[in-house]
Amino acid sequence: MTEPKPNEIVFKKRLSENTLRIEVVAPLIAKKAQPGQFVIIRVHSRGERIPLTIADADAERGVITLIYQEVGKSTYALGELEKGEFLHDVVGPLGHATPIEKYGNAIIVAGGLGTAEMYPIARALRAAGNHVITIVGARRKDLLVMVEEMESVSDEIIVTTDDGSFGRKGVVTVPLKELVEEGRADFVITCGPTIMMKFVAEATREAGVPTLASLNPIMVDGTGMCGACRVSIGGKTRFACVDGPDFNAHEVDFEELMMRQKTFCDFERKSLDLWLEEHPERAQSGG
Amino acid sequence: MTEEHKGKTAENTETSEKKKEKVGPDGLTKRDRLKIKRHAMPEQAPEERITNFLSVVHGYTLEMAYEEAQRCLDCPRPKCIDGCPAEVDIPAFIMEILKGDLEESYRILKADNALPAVCGRVCPQEEQCELTCLLAKKGPVAIGRLEQFVAEYMLDKYEKEPPKVEKIIPTKEKVAVIGAGPAGITAAADLVKMGYEVTIFEALHKPGGVLNYGIPPFRMPRRILDAELGSIEQMGVDVRCNMVFGKTITHEELLEDGYKAFFLGTGAGLPTFMGIPGENANGVYSANEYLTRVNLMEAWDFPNADTPVFVGKNVVTTGAGNTAMDSARVSRRMPGVEKSYIVYRRTRNEAPARNEEIEHAEQEGIIFKYLTQPIEILRDDKNWITGMRCIKMELGEPDDSGRRRPVPIPDSEFEIECDTLLVAIGQRPNPIAMRSIPGLEISKWGTIVVDDETMMTSVPGVFAGGDAVVGASTVILAVGHGKQAARAVDAYLAEQRGGS
Repeated sequence: MTEPKPNEIVFKKRLSENTLRIEVVAPLIAKKAQPGQFVIIRVHSRGERIPLTIADADAERGVITLIYQEVGKSTYALGELEKGEFLHDVVGPLGHATPIEKYGNAIIVAGGLGTAEMYPIARALRAAGNHVITIVGARRKDLLVMVEEMESVSDEIIVTTDDGSFGRKGVVTVPLKELVEEGRADFVITCGPTIMMKFVAEATREAGVPTLASLNPIMVDGTGMCGACRVSIGGKTRFACVDGPDFNAHEVDFEELMMRQKTFCDFERKSLDLWLEEHPERAQSGG
Repeated sequence: MTEEHKGKTAENTETSEKKKEKVGPDGLTKRDRLKIKRHAMPEQAPEERITNFLSVVHGYTLEMAYEEAQRCLDCPRPKCIDGCPAEVDIPAFIMEILKGDLEESYRILKADNALPAVCGRVCPQEEQCELTCLLAKKGPVAIGRLEQFVAEYMLDKYEKEPPKVEKIIPTKEKVAVIGAGPAGITAAADLVKMGYEVTIFEALHKPGGVLNYGIPPFRMPRRILDAELGSIEQMGVDVRCNMVFGKTITHEELLEDGYKAFFLGTGAGLPTFMGIPGENANGVYSANEYLTRVNLMEAWDFPNADTPVFVGKNVVTTGAGNTAMDSARVSRRMPGVEKSYIVYRRTRNEAPARNEEIEHAEQEGIIFKYLTQPIEILRDDKNWITGMRCIKMELGEPDDSGRRRPVPIPDSEFEIECDTLLVAIGQRPNPIAMRSIPGLEISKWGTIVVDDETMMTSVPGVFAGGDAVVGASTVILAVGHGKQAARAVDAYLAEQRGGS
């Protein structure tokens, strides 16, 4: 058996229809990665730079885990790569690590793919002696990912689905508010769709529970060079790639972030349509 | 190539009456040379070039290059070299053009400068070698164009028939160069020639730094850039991309790994914004982001290349440096753009861009609005930019920079309708790498503090140069720093060896 080479995909699994988990050989990154950090990858020589949170890192094997959703051309193309194939580029670990301290009751609020991003953070918070309560939400049961893994690193777990197909029916902010009212929230960290994070911030604002949001704006270089990822935090412009990606949720201008995230949506649609035309088998499977 | 020319020049020699005058390899005398006029650069017509991203200049033909080379007086004490931060032996490379030995001419260029094709194209020669040329007043020898000609001629030739490059076998210590921009490439090339084992750590996925992300392909065609950068690896420099110094690898780890000296050529990759309301509107980019998307990520070729860039009909660029000219000229070429403006608070006289760049922009129909200061960005309810509120300025007393300070004219506010805004008012050094080295002294401007003579930072064995030290400057200054630092690294390591 030949030794795996840098950037090689050594594991690939489809977690749901459009969500995949891959393990990639990246020894230098695996050695340094801390919870909350991300990498930027490119699939091919004229590919986009795609930021992905490091969902797990194994320094011994020199492997990082990435979990992503097929949403556009680049992530669909990434989904085509099989075990034994290579990413064109992988760079990281980028961004600041999430501050891990002993807060007491630490609540994780994760939506959709954000669950994968919160996994190493939940594990680290628990290792730091926190009582970790995880709230995971999705629209439907089949869109939930990594629930078992999250359960294994949490003291309590609450699952919600919008349609009630699994766990509690409703949105994540309902159980969150209950915990806040019961005085069982000393620290909250959230990751998921921007609109969800906005409501999480609202749910904890009045009680003044320290709340971090892990933001996911558009990025290009990921090293503070371009400013594509600028976000307004407490009225000041910050770069999510080097100043974040975690920020005080109560200071984030989520409205601006949501609008900025739509900057290239027409281009993204066009790019994906062209790709799906060339890959009709994927178009049929719900692209 | 020169048979025909030799024929011509032989006639000239016969007709020359002053037989004692110095005669060059082409047989011409000084008097003959002075009669030849400087050759204009052939270039694409403005109306044609704004429809493509191909090189604006075509470059000299072999014949033009020969005739231009004949203008060089091969001065006994050449002043042109003094004007060149890379200390290129200018008369020597030009004399080889006359002898018909372009290979040797290229060798001379490369001996002092790892990036002759780049420098031929982007150096402000009018302020350097061509300013100090003896013929400066009547039209200096077109040194930059000759340099570009020789380098590109040879890169073309080597592409067809690759030369046997002998990899230099390192005999000396390991040196780490951080950043594969002009400063780092230069330092690495010089160090490898001295026998050091050199590794460049580059954060982006391609080497070149600002040459790749900042300078558009119509000024620096990528085929030529890639070939020139590739030659560094052929020499034996190990170029490792996707390595963010301070994140992927650290100073401490590289020390443990046996690196004995470091050169930080990390550039000025931190965009400056204006700090006016509305700057985070959709459609507002830093020039860095816009140029990175178009140049490095090839958004000009979307959707064939994956990275998009939104550009509307009316594009405003603020600032008047070379980066601003590049941004405005890229915009002029993007499909759908009707108007490309430059808004600058001073006048053309104070604009920091090279005159040639401003001229090219003017020829291409860029609309210049001088003495105009943006004060607010107007947005619609979806956060998209709809226009910019500005105020008219007039020039007052000189400021610290010696330029007359622009002062707002009361009640002169007006609006410019635009859907895209490119902020090109300057870059500062990117802090990631420098902040990762404990004890490294950084100035209040965010630049790395170095000893002017040795380019050494406050940390022994760590050297720095280029934009990381001076703020946003020129490619050739970075090249000069790279050379200076390579000598300093060599001296430092020699001393370490002797002392141990």
